[in-house]
Amino acid sequence: MIQLIDIEKVYRTKTIETVALNRVNLQVERGEFVSIMGPSGCGKSTLLNIMGLLDEPTSGYVAIDGQPVKTHSDSKLAKLRNEKIGFVFQSYHLIHDLSVVDNVELPLLYRKVSGGERRKRALEALEKVGLSARTKHFPNQLSGGQRQRVAIARALAGNPEIILADEPTGNLDSVMGDEIMDILLRLNQEEGTTIVMVTHDENMALKTNRLIRFFDGQQVADSRVLEAQI
Amino acid sequence: MLRNYLKIAWAVLQRRKFFTFISLFGISFTLMVLMVVTSLYDHAFGPQMPERESDKLLFVNNMREQFKEGYTNSSPPSYYFLNRFVRPLKTPENVSINSVFTSVNSYVNNKKLTLDQKHTDAAFWDILDFNFIEGRPFSTQEVDNATRVAVINQNTRKNYFGDKEAVGQTIEVDQVKYKVVGVVEDVPVLRLHSYADVWVPITLKSQDFKRTGLKGTYFATIKAKQASDVPKIKEEFASMMLQVNKNSKPEGVQEVFSFADDIFGTFARSLMGGGKTDKSAMLYGIFAFAAFLFMLLPTINLVNINISRIMERSSEIGVRKAFGASSKTIIGQFVVENIFLTLLGGMLGFLISAAVLEMINDSGIIAYASLGLNLRVFAWGLLLCLVFGLVSGVYPAFKMSRLNAVEALKGGSK
Ligand SMILES: Nc1ncnc2c1ncn2[C@@H]1O[C@H](COP(=O)(O)OP(=O)(O)OP(=O)(O)O)[C@@H](O)[C@H]1O
Ligand SMILES: [Mg+2]
Repeated sequence: MIQLIDIEKVYRTKTIETVALNRVNLQVERGEFVSIMGPSGCGKSTLLNIMGLLDEPTSGYVAIDGQPVKTHSDSKLAKLRNEKIGFVFQSYHLIHDLSVVDNVELPLLYRKVSGGERRKRALEALEKVGLSARTKHFPNQLSGGQRQRVAIARALAGNPEIILADEPTGNLDSVMGDEIMDILLRLNQEEGTTIVMVTHDENMALKTNRLIRFFDGQQVADSRVLEAQI
Repeated sequence: MLRNYLKIAWAVLQRRKFFTFISLFGISFTLMVLMVVTSLYDHAFGPQMPERESDKLLFVNNMREQFKEGYTNSSPPSYYFLNRFVRPLKTPENVSINSVFTSVNSYVNNKKLTLDQKHTDAAFWDILDFNFIEGRPFSTQEVDNATRVAVINQNTRKNYFGDKEAVGQTIEVDQVKYKVVGVVEDVPVLRLHSYADVWVPITLKSQDFKRTGLKGTYFATIKAKQASDVPKIKEEFASMMLQVNKNSKPEGVQEVFSFADDIFGTFARSLMGGGKTDKSAMLYGIFAFAAFLFMLLPTINLVNINISRIMERSSEIGVRKAFGASSKTIIGQFVVENIFLTLLGGMLGFLISAAVLEMINDSGIIAYASLGLNLRVFAWGLLLCLVFGLVSGVYPAFKMSRLNAVEALKGGSK
């Protein structure tokens, strides 16, 4: 469903050139829960941003549902992100001036959906992450774990085909981290949501059904490939 | 969508109280000044009592003689010129001849009053829209008979009779007694073709009628049948002036100039040295440029405030982009927010200008001023607000909308 083909990402500053991704080829299938691990600076976030069409590769291209996304205009990319992708960030990135439910409505705001329908779907998404009681709160009135659950609800509200989560438990203690992980696992198992998650936590990665390891901008291991070889 | 934008706009305004205060102060102060100027303009040149049908009114208030030696000399035209050449014009519906106002002394209960007196014909009352509080204007017959009757303004009635009925009473001005036949609402002094404290029949000054020079102390007020006749009247006036130049020039004079202008045109011509061409467009241009310069600084200021205001929301921009907002949508959001802010400032500005105008009215700096915020001024103010909001909002919004989503998310991580 998402394919990365020969992706290269090079950051150039005046003094140095950093190769963040070096000819990465990767295919994520519908219904998979993929975790990505690797040392800091090896290009995981860069990979996720490119996969989520937030950033452009230096060379190579991304294909969604078999369609290459190469020469898309800004508004067409925005539409694809809006309809197909939901993001979860390490630092939540909630809009602190908006209430919980308004935050969750965000992806629907950029679609032709009536206000009532928006509210309904946002409340449904909040229910899925167990936050129905906190809809009128503001982000700064919530704990870190609760904020991340709001962020997941926001990613769910638009009913995307894939959720991209960059260290979703990175800022949380292990209890809250497990809570978040449980929600993601349940979404994947019960609703069939495709998830790609970057994590530093081996235990969490082992709970997913595919683990890819990165080193220095390259894939060095892919559990699915390993299984296939065995 | 809009509700959502306004919600966040409101939240941000409340959260950043200092920015909000500075922005609102700048906007409302700027608009206040512009509104006061607009109101002054409207007061002096807009369709106001008694020159309510200003689009049909033309004024002749100047006669300029250019001498063969090169110098020029100008003053109001003479009764002779207006009566002989302007009154017979065919296109106008009506022409009034009236004197410039002069200061005269009057005594009431041994108290000295200085009043402005104007001599007019009966047509004056037909052409202009005075608000009569009591009584009536003087009639053609009274003018023809040089009857000693007077119309006075409200303020004079107050000074003489303490707001009691004045019609039928007698006033003494410059040692002449007049019977009051009417009282009108005060006319602001800026309407200098109509303004006076006391209006009396023009025939009481008939010694002026015999002089044959072109220069004198009189104005003509011309009313067109309809606004579209105004250019035709100006044309007829110009060809009449050709005849005057041909046949009736005083000795030693190379050329004489006089024009029928609308109220703003007379002002523009006298301000800009009374050339041959209508200077209205040029003066409007200067006004617009001055307004532009005046707004420039606050706008730049607001642009800067907006940039830093939006900058600290870069994380929000990143998130919105991640969830499907295009750059255009982001621009739209911030422009809407800024217009919301300027409208708030505009409302404040309206309130402040209302207070300032009231103060000007009360202070008596401008005699009989009744500056106010009517619908015209309000509409202009609203337009200024929108322009202000757009101009100061679009550039920062555009700049910020181009932030790369990944950078934006990094910049604002909290
Ligand atoms: N905007 C940028 N300009 C220059 N170099 C960058 C930029 N963004 C990332 N890099 C570099 O690209 C490489 C990959 O960065 P990336 O953020 O993808 O790493 P990561 O695997 O997510 O690390 P972490 O686990 O610490 O989040 C790093 O060496 C980083 O320094
Ligand atoms: Mg990272």
